[in-house]
Amino acid sequence: MYLIRRFEEMAEESYVRGLTHGTMHLSIGQEATAVGICMDLSNADYITSTHRGHGHCIGKGAEVKYMFAEFFGKEEGYCRGRGGSMHIADPATGNLGANGIVGGGLPLATGAALAIKQRGAKDVAVCFFGDGANNEGAFHESLNIAAVWKLPVIFVCENNQYGMSVSTARSTAVKDVATRAIAYAMPGVTVDGNSVADVAEAMAAATELARSGGGPSLIECKTYRTKGHSRSDRNRYRSKDEIEDWKSRDPIPMFETELESHGVATRTEIDGLRESVEKEIQDGFDFATKGTDPVPASLMQGVTTTGDMQGGVAT
Amino acid sequence: MSDVRELSFSAAIQEGLAQAMEADPRVFLMGEDIGVYGGAFQVTGDLIHRFGEDRVRDTPISELGGAGVAVGAAVAGSRPVYEFQFSDFSMLAMEQIVNQAAKMRFMLGGKVSVPVVFRMPCGSGTGAAAQHSQSLEAWFGHVPGLKVLEPSTPEDAKGMVLAAIADPDPVLVFEHKLLYKMKGHVPAEMYRTPIGKAVVRREGKQATVVAAAIMVHKALEAAEVLASEGIDIEVIDLRSIRPIDTATIIESVKKTTRLACVYEGVKTLGIGSEISALIAESEAFDYLDAPILRLGGAESPMPYSPILEKAAVPQTEDIIAALRDLVKGRT
Repeated sequence: MYLIRRFEEMAEESYVRGLTHGTMHLSIGQEATAVGICMDLSNADYITSTHRGHGHCIGKGAEVKYMFAEFFGKEEGYCRGRGGSMHIADPATGNLGANGIVGGGLPLATGAALAIKQRGAKDVAVCFFGDGANNEGAFHESLNIAAVWKLPVIFVCENNQYGMSVSTARSTAVKDVATRAIAYAMPGVTVDGNSVADVAEAMAAATELARSGGGPSLIECKTYRTKGHSRSDRNRYRSKDEIEDWKSRDPIPMFETELESHGVATRTEIDGLRESVEKEIQDGFDFATKGTDPVPASLMQGVTTTGDMQGGVAT
Repeated sequence: MSDVRELSFSAAIQEGLAQAMEADPRVFLMGEDIGVYGGAFQVTGDLIHRFGEDRVRDTPISELGGAGVAVGAAVAGSRPVYEFQFSDFSMLAMEQIVNQAAKMRFMLGGKVSVPVVFRMPCGSGTGAAAQHSQSLEAWFGHVPGLKVLEPSTPEDAKGMVLAAIADPDPVLVFEHKLLYKMKGHVPAEMYRTPIGKAVVRREGKQATVVAAAIMVHKALEAAEVLASEGIDIEVIDLRSIRPIDTATIIESVKKTTRLACVYEGVKTLGIGSEISALIAESEAFDYLDAPILRLGGAESPMPYSPILEKAAVPQTEDIIAALRDLVKGRT
């Protein structure tokens, strides 16, 4: 969680300093969901992620130095500088990628789950999506197909209360997204997305069901992004009080307190972890700044596998 | 015996699908009513009885979800062939085809492949009117990352389906509905029609016609009629919309000095527009003895009335008249 938080803070700083361009969507305040969902997954389990996907990527096991390199548009980046923040991916750890299209990952995760089932494996596919995506057709079509075919997919709604500027109250007919699971005959549960333990507990039940052939589940994690939607956000649609209220429930100190009170970690250990994260972030940042810029002549690489066309003309 | 074996266009596709499924357990079919119904055009036919319902998988009427599931399964190691019941319905799945399948390999720095095939029954002539008769291949031909094929013969239909399944990238195969019943020679073995290669169907000296799918046959009919008038037409079957085989077209135009593009899709910004531009930009331009001619579909939705439907796409007689003018000059 520290790593995600510090990565995003450093990414934002890099942006402000003009070291990266484009835009980025920060998940500061939502880290408990990414960690709680990913902590028990293996590299053979897939995830599909969202435009707000840095936490999922790190949670699934990506190294921050290659993520920084991607943000800086370098060849060393996870996507060789072709994807950037919005398409960050690491297939080696099962992360099939963030997505620039709201709801874009829902059919993809469902399809990955079909492939898992076809090869008789016990892995799962996990689909992260936001509250905004639950009103897209892709959400409804994917949940229906996953349920009809009993696919090992877990749909994880990160309900951070707003689809860009429009609140769920103004966009969504149901109070809890999880109740939509009823329409697709699958278990649906709403949990505190700022509590690692609550998220992990719901995830454990869903993965057990999926791995045993019981089919899909929907988990709704209620959380909050304390930063704006993207770089252009002026926070006109929500109040300072609301933001401060959620900040008081920051998942990181909440988790620290929990660890200490249960005797899982001491303050000294926690401080030590923070220090090692600082070093990893600084090393990653340094690695990325020294990365290799792509040469313009490499533009066409990866458009197709066979590379037998230039601008649509056979070569 | 095998070299005279004839199959229909749809049976040829079915044979290709079956051979691919026998050869590779990862290959499976998805689509609406492709199971016991056998597909709206009976292309999958009885395959469900040979391969079972897991590999000949009926989907809900859910094109965005179904096509997207095919894309996700392809990324994760399966080899899906998704049948759109009519290619018009692919509009519901454009997001997954264009934003996801086409771009995923590039966006992820070349770290994944998306070996998905979309089968696209297309074209007019069945009285199915505006939402079931379009020829949208040029739309998809505009998208880097996709490969777009359009067979005109049963032999190519099978070979292109097999080539598409074997290809590591997303491939769309446009199947003109009026060709499904057409019979022709189809080799029994597994073979792949090369992607990105046009073929000269008829050699000639005075004008080149570049056509695709059913228009190849209309162009060949027109060339036959014109031959009796002493006009010698070369007919190129484009076969691959993306990538386009410019070399074959350029060579032909340099020889014949005249070019006509004949296609069923809407004329404006269509396949023929691109070929015209490619020739205008190439060394073949200096060889031209007449302006390039485009015969494309009308600038209207496809009408229901058989009279109007016929008027909306180039017919053999239109091609004959236009080629006569092209070679002889307008009279």
